[in-house]
Amino acid sequence: MTPSRREVLLTGLGGIAGAATGALGLRSARAADPFGVGFVYVGPISNAGWTYQHNLGRLAVEKAFGNRVKTNYVESVPEGADAERVIRQLSATNGLIFTTSFGYMEPTLKVARQFPNIRYEHCTGYKMAKNVGIYNARFYEGRYIAGVVSGAMSKTGVLGHVAPFPIPEVAQGINALILGARSVNPKIKIKLVWTSSWFDPGKEKEAADALIGQGCDVLSNHTDSTAVVQAAEEKGVWCTGYDSDMSQFAPKMCLTSVTEDWSDYYVKRVQAAMDGSWTPDNVWGGFKSGMIKMTPYNKAVPEHAVNDAEAKIAAIAQGSFSPFQGPINDQFGAQKVASGAKLTDDQILSMNWLAEGVEGKLG
Amino acid sequence: MFRLEARQSPSRAMFWLSPLVAVVLSLVASAIIFALLGKPPVAALRIMVVDPLVGLNNLAELALKATPLLLCAIGIAIGCRANVWNIGAEGQLTLGGICGSWVALNFGGAGHVWALPLMLLAGIAGGVLWAAIPAFLRTRFNAHEILTTLMLTYVALHLLGYLVRGPWRDPAGFNFPQSKTFADDVSMPIILPTTRLHLGALVALLVVPAAAFLMRRTFAGYRIRVVGLAPGAARYAGFSQKRVVWLCLLLSGGLAGFAGICEVAGPLGQLQPTISPGYGFAAIIVAYLGRLDPWGILAASLLMALIYIGGDALQVSLQMPTAMSGVIQGLVLFFLLGMDLFIGFQFRFGRRSPKPVGQLADA
Repeated sequence: MTPSRREVLLTGLGGIAGAATGALGLRSARAADPFGVGFVYVGPISNAGWTYQHNLGRLAVEKAFGNRVKTNYVESVPEGADAERVIRQLSATNGLIFTTSFGYMEPTLKVARQFPNIRYEHCTGYKMAKNVGIYNARFYEGRYIAGVVSGAMSKTGVLGHVAPFPIPEVAQGINALILGARSVNPKIKIKLVWTSSWFDPGKEKEAADALIGQGCDVLSNHTDSTAVVQAAEEKGVWCTGYDSDMSQFAPKMCLTSVTEDWSDYYVKRVQAAMDGSWTPDNVWGGFKSGMIKMTPYNKAVPEHAVNDAEAKIAAIAQGSFSPFQGPINDQFGAQKVASGAKLTDDQILSMNWLAEGVEGKLG
Repeated sequence: MFRLEARQSPSRAMFWLSPLVAVVLSLVASAIIFALLGKPPVAALRIMVVDPLVGLNNLAELALKATPLLLCAIGIAIGCRANVWNIGAEGQLTLGGICGSWVALNFGGAGHVWALPLMLLAGIAGGVLWAAIPAFLRTRFNAHEILTTLMLTYVALHLLGYLVRGPWRDPAGFNFPQSKTFADDVSMPIILPTTRLHLGALVALLVVPAAAFLMRRTFAGYRIRVVGLAPGAARYAGFSQKRVVWLCLLLSGGLAGFAGICEVAGPLGQLQPTISPGYGFAAIIVAYLGRLDPWGILAASLLMALIYIGGDALQVSLQMPTAMSGVIQGLVLFFLLGMDLFIGFQFRFGRRSPKPVGQLADA
């Protein structure tokens, strides 16, 4: 999109005004002011889950910079017309703003055009701008490891997965899970239940119970609540956690959890914004950068399975192995990745097929 | 000690004053809660209630937020007058967004002058269509509209989910669930430059006197009121109850549908999985708060918008929890319902008649 004449004019005026204040030395007078860092959360912080992890990152920023920064956040911001207003409100007092859900992509870009001197970082989107960077985590790397552990623990050979919506990120998770599990047990299968909601504890619990009833003996979920791991704990079925360390909700049955750790990234980007070296970037971090981490394994996981998982993590971090390296067939038996080939990032980002061994449709 | 006694004639002045008193009381109660949370109560009230009313852009945001609430609430209120309970404005709003988007996605960007009006008409038609189903079920099978309108809301949300993840997905969007962004010729015209306030707000404002005229000055409005107040008399007068049900639901659906397409073609600019953070449901509260009167509803929708926006501002400026908006909304309703009791009843201290001997245990 080309900027309108007015936008160009405003940007120009902003630049002149900025230069003028700089020249007059007004900026140094404000140097003692803490640097504002804003966060927009899609859910409540609560005590586990997607938003909780982002908030841990915010707390890490506060810890790293002390009173040199001031962080602000707004939680439970709907992914609609309200997001733009909230991001604009934050833009008045913050120099760097993290918008942490896919639905904030267009609002972030719109506000960023109006505030060319403020920097924005949008999580899980794909559109960038002069002052908008994007970042995301390779959840699927962790999911592959969860698959390796699940495959080693399953007796029935059937895993259960509670999925929210048929979008690429969810398909990546399901496929990585089955590929990891099949690296241990080539006959293993996954059954799916779609909840059509990111957060609906009642439905997630029902889905978990249904999967257990169908013989699934290791559960996992891509939804945001703790209902699935709690159902697994209650019924004595293994599970792997997602987003946060779920062993607090399923101390006996949680095998390990795939967690996102945004702390290092946030600290690095805030530092860059403060010293003026910030430029928009497209970051997709995994085990290598520590953006994805596995939590300690359950004592019940046999040593050979732990060693297997750790070896895979090391190989992924080194780049000598990718969860999506061939040969991979889709669920209808057609070859999706040839032997020796691996999917490119763009192919992974737009994934809309399910791998062999997954029962159920995408959607 | 004291007892409640029905008033001979409820005060007309208090009927209108009580919402204002309820608002003042809830602000006082909010201030006490702010203080208990360790936040400066006066500053918090200023941030929540005064700041959002200062400046052109803030006022535009307020009107923008109030527009869908106003449109949905007026329709709901007209129905309530005839004892027709439309709980499903959210679904009609969604269908309006969907039908209007069909026009925008198929005919937008080609410079047709008729594309925008057609899109708005399609939005209204979508809402009307969705409300026609419960109207038919009510008049033909006597299925109660409280259930059918509510249930159709979920059908509408799933239909929207299917469209944005399936046939209407942006082909350039990495399979993310959203449509293409709307072309300029099918975006709502902005009526205040540099703000997001669009034509829909102006139309909503015109709907207020139109609805007031309908209810007070037309025969149709008279019939609606009679059917609601005295169904027996309405039957005796030969008023068709079925016609009133149809009229109320279609009108209500059309207004909600218009609100839906205004949101999609206005601040959102594209069809996405969530187009409303529950405007259709919040509008039920607005209708009640506004005493089911169009002018009252105008005031109530602005108040409700202020509570939402002020709640976000409290988070940004004072790190208050997001639940604060919900608490304040609850307080307003609580005080309003409490006040209503005193409009119809009064306290009488002492006893009406001498206590009969032997009943001293009366507490």
